[in-house]
Amino acid sequence: MNEIPEVIRTIPLQYYLFFSSTLFVIGIIGVLTRRNAIIIFMCIELMLNAVNLLLTAFSAYRSDANGQVFVFFIMAVAAAEVCVGLAIIVMIYRNLRSTDINILSNLKW
Amino acid sequence: MNSIILLTSFGILNLFIGFSKSKKIIMPLVLLFLAIVFVVNLIGWNDTQTYFERMLTIDNFAIAFTGVVVLTTILVLPFAQRYVDQQDESLAEYFSLLLFSLVGAIMMVAYENLLMLFVGIEILSISMYVLAGSDKKNLKSNEAGLKYFLMGSFATGILLFGIVLIYGATGTFYISEISSAATAQSNNELTSPLLGMGLLFTLIGISFKVSVAPFHFWTPDVYEGTPTFFMAFMSTVVKAAGFAGFYKLMSVSFAGAQDIWFPTLIAMTVVTLAIGNIGAVAQNSFKRMMAYSSISHAGYLMIALLSFNDRSENAILFYSLAYSVSTVAALGILKIVADQRDDVSYNAFNGLGRTNPLLAAVMAISMCSLGGIPLTGGFFGKLFIFSAALEQDLLWLIILAILMAAVGFYYYFRVIIAMYMREPSGERVQVSALASFALIFMTVLTFVLGIAPGLLSNIL
Repeated sequence: MNEIPEVIRTIPLQYYLFFSSTLFVIGIIGVLTRRNAIIIFMCIELMLNAVNLLLTAFSAYRSDANGQVFVFFIMAVAAAEVCVGLAIIVMIYRNLRSTDINILSNLKW
Repeated sequence: MNSIILLTSFGILNLFIGFSKSKKIIMPLVLLFLAIVFVVNLIGWNDTQTYFERMLTIDNFAIAFTGVVVLTTILVLPFAQRYVDQQDESLAEYFSLLLFSLVGAIMMVAYENLLMLFVGIEILSISMYVLAGSDKKNLKSNEAGLKYFLMGSFATGILLFGIVLIYGATGTFYISEISSAATAQSNNELTSPLLGMGLLFTLIGISFKVSVAPFHFWTPDVYEGTPTFFMAFMSTVVKAAGFAGFYKLMSVSFAGAQDIWFPTLIAMTVVTLAIGNIGAVAQNSFKRMMAYSSISHAGYLMIALLSFNDRSENAILFYSLAYSVSTVAALGILKIVADQRDDVSYNAFNGLGRTNPLLAAVMAISMCSLGGIPLTGGFFGKLFIFSAALEQDLLWLIILAILMAAVGFYYYFRVIIAMYMREPSGERVQVSALASFALIFMTVLTFVLGIAPGLLSNIL
């Protein structure tokens, strides 16, 4: 990766930055407002994917492969997180027959 | 590095041993494994090695903190006796997850590259999500697992966004290279917002993991729902490793850009101390009080992080060791008592001084250490932190912290009052030999740290 491919340079870096930040903010808003555990989970994945996209863009613009290697690590870790997370959600569904997080209010101040 | 390899292979080996019919052999074996790791880890003292393209550096800092987390795990294990007695079928899995999560803790204290910090945090956290929800039939444990998982992965997303923005501003993931770029750029108007935002998001992400206010709100709920045995592990190992990683990031990468983050961290420290201590006063459940107490101790550790001189490494090390030992002792006793009296409130300890003098004495000493009474390790932990902060002219923060420590006496002493001044609320509690040995060892260690703090106070 010695030089920046022509295709990437046709879109300015700021656009990638704004696009990824928007995706990330959509993810955050989703986590804060939705009440279904699975949808919250999908919003978290959206945040991670915004990060991946931005990493790739920075990496391409800097002609530095490190950023793209980081993306592989994020994907692998996100897969591990999905396994554990879905297992926890299934466990809750078995006990409560619901994945709405408002039901979960046993632990309170 | 050897300790990482050993922990991973022992973890896998332990899963195979789990197939055997008798569960009795597992706990002694895991203790043996951890003892081997502890010794092998210390052998590398004064011998700095780097691995994976300089992404991991095993230096004295990493070895010392690895020693603390491995020792803490050794001390936590004896309290799993009830799982052994009940022939719990997932016993080997629990212990393997503890071993694997220690790998993450070691990576968090030895990283030189943000990639390793991220992978370390995730290895530790993902094991903890499973263990928090490990009591599958218990709704509280389910809820703790889900809350911890959702909050934790949310924090991971924020941390990652911060790391990416830092990468965008500096073009590297190596913390030492970020340092030179950050110092050079802190005056450059063009890229500085990117770096500033990156630092802010990274701070938020790590604060979530070590439960520093205002990102602490998951802590009481998750700790209360988690089985006590795993709570003892979570509130000590995760905190010690998290703070070591946090300190390393701030001191190596962002020492030059101190004016950006210093006011933010000061404000977070004040809020953490206030919420942790005042929140703990209002609790009736001992377990929930310990969760708030862990928030307040995060506040004291933040003071060491802020003071930011050659003493603060040692102060963090000493404080985490003293805090971990006392917390494990307190939560271990809570587990023993709560298993038999089926109660996690202060009332569970009523009259313990008469029925179980040993448990009550150990509990009283660990409460004194957590509160910071002289002759115990916790006193010197606080003293080192305050003296490190004094060099940084943070006198008003020290005064606030001492006031908050005085508030701490109130809720720590409620347990002592319940143990010695109330009528017994139940029968004598049965304690296994291994657990009493561990409790006595922790008491001795607390006194050793409190009488001869010089043994540990200058090793880094």
